[in-house]
Formats: sequence, structure tokens, C-alpha cells
Amino acid sequence: MVQLRRVAVLATALTVGLTAACSSTTKKSSDTGSPTATGVKKGLTVYFIPKDTQNPYEVIADNGGKTALSELGGKVVVSSGTADTAAAQIPSIQAAIQAHADAIVIAGNDPSSLCPSLGQAYNAGIKIVSFDSDVQCPNHLFINQADTKQIGTSEVDLLAKQIGSAGDIAILSAAATATNQNSWIGYMKEQLKNYPNMHLVKTVYGNDDPATSLTVLQGLLSAYPNLKGIISPTTVGISTAAQYLSTHKDIAKKVTLTGLGLPSQMKPYIHDGTVKAFELWNPNNLGYLAGYAAAALASGSASLTPGTKFKAGKLGEYTVLPAAAPTGPSVVLGPPTVFDSSNVDQFNF
Amino acid sequence: MMSDTQTAPPAVTSVDTPRRELPWRAALRWDSGLVIVLIATLIFAGTQSSDFFTQSTMFYIGLNMGEIAIMALPLTLIVMTGEIDLSVASMLGLAGSIMGYLFEHHWNIYLAMLAALVVGAVGGALNGALITRLGLPSIAVTIGTLTLFRGLAEVILGNSTVGGYPLSLTKIGVTPIQGTQLSYSIAIFLGLAVVCAIVLHATPLGRAIFAIGLQSEAAHFAGIRVGRIKFWLYVLSGVVCALAGILFTLKNASARFDAGTGLELNVVAIVLLGGVSIFGGRGSIVGVVLSVIIVGCLQQALTQMHVDPQVQNIVLGGLLLVSVIVPNGGEAIRRIRARTRRRVPA
Repeated sequence: MVQLRRVAVLATALTVGLTAACSSTTKKSSDTGSPTATGVKKGLTVYFIPKDTQNPYEVIADNGGKTALSELGGKVVVSSGTADTAAAQIPSIQAAIQAHADAIVIAGNDPSSLCPSLGQAYNAGIKIVSFDSDVQCPNHLFINQADTKQIGTSEVDLLAKQIGSAGDIAILSAAATATNQNSWIGYMKEQLKNYPNMHLVKTVYGNDDPATSLTVLQGLLSAYPNLKGIISPTTVGISTAAQYLSTHKDIAKKVTLTGLGLPSQMKPYIHDGTVKAFELWNPNNLGYLAGYAAAALASGSASLTPGTKFKAGKLGEYTVLPAAAPTGPSVVLGPPTVFDSSNVDQFNF
Repeated sequence: MMSDTQTAPPAVTSVDTPRRELPWRAALRWDSGLVIVLIATLIFAGTQSSDFFTQSTMFYIGLNMGEIAIMALPLTLIVMTGEIDLSVASMLGLAGSIMGYLFEHHWNIYLAMLAALVVGAVGGALNGALITRLGLPSIAVTIGTLTLFRGLAEVILGNSTVGGYPLSLTKIGVTPIQGTQLSYSIAIFLGLAVVCAIVLHATPLGRAIFAIGLQSEAAHFAGIRVGRIKFWLYVLSGVVCALAGILFTLKNASARFDAGTGLELNVVAIVLLGGVSIFGGRGSIVGVVLSVIIVGCLQQALTQMHVDPQVQNIVLGGLLLVSVIVPNGGEAIRRIRARTRRRVPA
């Protein structure tokens, strides 16, 4: 899953920076139930610049942003390229400047290439919000999908619950260089220390390519016939593994699979019993929160000052976390959602 | 033996006379067509996008098109000789990666740039040697180096991004040349375009390039050192693409191995839309400059209008096809007409 890999840079940054702060929750459910935020101007124009315009995950996130702005009486313009490159996003930033947009919400294809253009936008008075994949530029707010440590530890907990906290386990990751996956895996290893009977025997890399993921999975299963569980912290890995296991029921009986997956892709495997539970944040809510954050910044009702609170409609109130180099001020969406047979049908992303 | 036995004399007279005039006349016709297309584009952009006729539009077009336009110049000369270079964008990425890598390892920034240009020359020489010394088809060779250069760039930089260049240099990505709305890259392009136009249209070397494209063997027998000229054109292409790589890196204030991936298609599209015949021997630098402006304006307008990038690709692809079909379609019609005329008196 491309976007997961791309979350890379800032996710690592958060890992380093928020280690101390991560136990404190940022989301407060002091929401009054009113879907509108206070102090937000009407008629705002927010440019959403996803990694590309085709990626289904990004489309869901952008739709969340559209919902947010329509609740606030503003509008969203989605603009980006077809390729996941920074160069393809720059013309969209320029268009936002020329159209005198109030805010830009961007999922960076590159941590630094976009900074000169975003700097221009900032100087033109446009508020900058990044989400999904952060950029390492000054003067912007990063909407973090979930705390890095929490993602790592919760996946181990989820698997432990299903295999009785004992047995050999393996990880099926994306690319060996993927920063976000690697930082999650780092926290998985930390968390495994709390489960003395669970042993991580191998981490394999499927490069977020279904064919490669399948090959390394088969190698894994033949090398470790006693494998009890697999964690795949990438939507490509988990869906490939689930598909394989659903057609090899004898193996599926012995091996438990979990990780980060899209409900839409995983639905059939939950229903046929191949997978019991997996998790992910809701990309729609991520875009929704980014939309509210952008509107609040553009209206001046929120700022990048740590501790600033703003309301995000149905999601409640959020607090801006202090910068922790190299991440600037950020907001964390909340804990990842666990999907199982009881709720998987309610989600359409 | 070969030159005498076949029906060479009649073929030469009937083909040679129209062909000698063809390059210039066709180029002029194509250029005037491009002016009309440009005017149409400006009208379209001005009426469809309220932001188009603002000061910053010119700067942004220059900023977005600069490196592509620069790479199109040596490619124009190469296509004129009937060859192609598809490794241009990969060379851009490789040069940027070399520069970034060396800068990261505490090289002086200007030395790192120089090293990138040297790598450009070496890469271009590799293309040139394989094509002229071994006689391999340029399309195959440069598809090979397209992958090779990009692969090397990935080995050098991996997934890391190198930034931290002096602000005095990275400002080329943010500010135009003082007192104008020209980006630095487009100014360099215009300067190089003047040089290329003089060389191509007013020097013996330029005439040799035309001659090679029209009839490589005939040019060879006329004493033109075909292989040598082609070789040095590839070296030139390597160096100029490396320069584009340096500008691209500074513009984005960062070097990445995948910089400019896929841009070779934009470069080829601009050259062909500029009226340069894919079969060689016909084209003009003026046409390529016009083509840069048209594509730049069109893309800027479509982005301002929030047209889907997929649709933008369709427009670009359509332009590319039109620019290949129209001139060659015209030639086909002329050929048919000539045939029917010959038939009528008989």
C-alpha cells in the first residue's frame, strides 16, 4: 500500500519525538454533538492535494475533507497529478496560490521537494496542513493518522489475543526501506518483550507488490511449518496473505493473520473466517479532520501554538501537540479502529 | 558498383529537388501553424481560467517547463539526425542524485555540480559510442540507458532525500529573475535555444545535421563525419540533461533518485509538436520554442481549471499524435497527388 509506505518520514520523526508524549491522549470527547465548529468563516476554499488523484485511499480521505468543508459552508478543490511525485503536485500548489485559496491540505509525495512551493503559498497567506504523509517544511500542521507506537503495539496485542500469547510469529512487511513500516516493526519488537512465549522468527518484505508478497509468504510458510501467526502492517501484504490463506484452508487453520488492512478488501476473508480481526484508521475521518483543521487555521480560530484546541465536527475537540523535531506541530486522529465480523460491513473504504 | 548499376540517376533527380526545399518550407508552414495553435491556446486559457492572465502565470509556466524545455534542445538535434534519446529524464535524475550525494558528503556545491555535468558527458558518450561505434539502434540503446541511469541513481541515493543546498541557489525554485517574470531555467533555455538555432540554421554543422537526417549514407559519401557528429550530439545531450538535473534539484531544494521520472515522454512530445520529423532531416528551433510555450500554457490553464490530470495526459498524448500524423499525413497526400498527376498526362 503506497500511502502507508509514504507516511514514512514523519512517522519516524514522530516515533522519535513523541515517545515521551505518546501515552497522553490528544483527543477529548468533550464534543457537544453540534456538527459545526465555532469561529470558522463561511465560504472558505481549501485545496486538497493528494499523492495522486487515483489512489482509492486518498480518494476516501479527500471525500472526508469535502464533507468537512460542506458542513462549514466552504468548498474543497481536489487537485494533483497522476504519478506519485512531488513534481506533479507543484502545479496544484501554484494553482491554489493563483486562486487565492484559504488553505492547502497536502499528502506529500516527498518530504522536502514541496517546501519551496509550500513556502510560497504560506507567504501568500495560505494556511498549510499536511496529512497521510507529512512534509518537512516549516509553518504547517501535520494531521497524524495514528500514533506510531500505538500502531506497533496494538498489532502485537491483537495477534496475541488470537493465538493465546504463545508460538512462533513472523512479519510480512512492505519494502525493507519503508520508514513507517520499520518504525512500527520497531515498536512491535518492543511490545513482544511483554509476551515471553511469542517468538518473532522472521520479517519478510513483499515490497507492497502482490506477486512478491505471495512469493515471500510461501517461502515463509515452508521454512517455518510451526508458524502460529503473521502480522502484515501493510494493506497489500495482508490482503495478499488473506487471499492465499482463504484458498489453503489447511494452513489457515494453523496460522493466524492480522495487521493493517482496508475493510473493503478484507471483508470476504473476515466472513469466510480466514481472518478474525485487523485494524486501520479511518481515512475518511483523517480527511475530515484535516478539513476542519484547515478551516480553523484559515479562520484564525486555531493556530500552530501547542495546546491550541479546535473543534472538528463529529470527531470532537482536538489539541495541537508541540513540535518534536523534525516533526512540526501535529494533531493525532486517534487510536486505530479494530475491524472484525461485528463491524467490518459498516465501512466502505 | 552499387551507385552505378541501379536506377540511381532518375531517382536522385525526382526525389532530390523537392526534398532540398522541403525542410525549410515544411518547417515554416509548421511554425506558422504553431503560432495559430498558440493564439488559440491563449484565447482558450484566457476565457476558461480567470487566473490565467496574471503575472505569476508566466513565472509558473517557466518554472514547470524549464528543465523539460532545456532537455528538448539537444534532443531536437538528435531527432534531426534520425536518431532518438529516451534516456534524457533518467540522466536528469542521475545527475541530480550524483550532485546530492557528493554535496551530502561535504563536497563544495559547485564541484558537486561539475561532477554531475561530467557524469552527464560520460553517460552521453556511452549512448553515443554504443550507437555510432557498435551501430546499435538508438531507441534500443537509450531505453537501456533509461533504465541503467535510473538504476544507478537509485543505488546512489536509495530512498533518501538530500536537501540543505544554499538558499542563494535554491531561490531559483521560488523567485523569478529580478525585474522579470522569467524563471532561471527558462532563461537558460532561451539562451541555449538561440545558440542551437544559430548552429542548426546558419552553420555547416547545422547543414550537416539536416543532411544526415535526410540521407545518412549520402551525407557520409559527401564527406560528413556522420558517426562523429552523432556521437558528440549524444555527449551534448548528456551534459545538457545533467544541467537540467542540477536545475531540477535546486528548484525542488532536494535530490531524489526518482526526480523527473517519465519526463522523457514530455520532452519527446515537445520536440515532435515543434515540427521536428521523427524520421529526421526536418525541423526548426523556433518550432520547438513555440511548442514549449503551447504545452506550458495549456498545462497551466488546465490545472487552473481543475481538469483531471488524466484528461491533461489525454490532451498531451493527443497533441503528440497530431504532430506525428499531420506532417506525415501531408506527405502521404502529396505522394498520392503526385502519383495521380503523373497518371493524368499518360
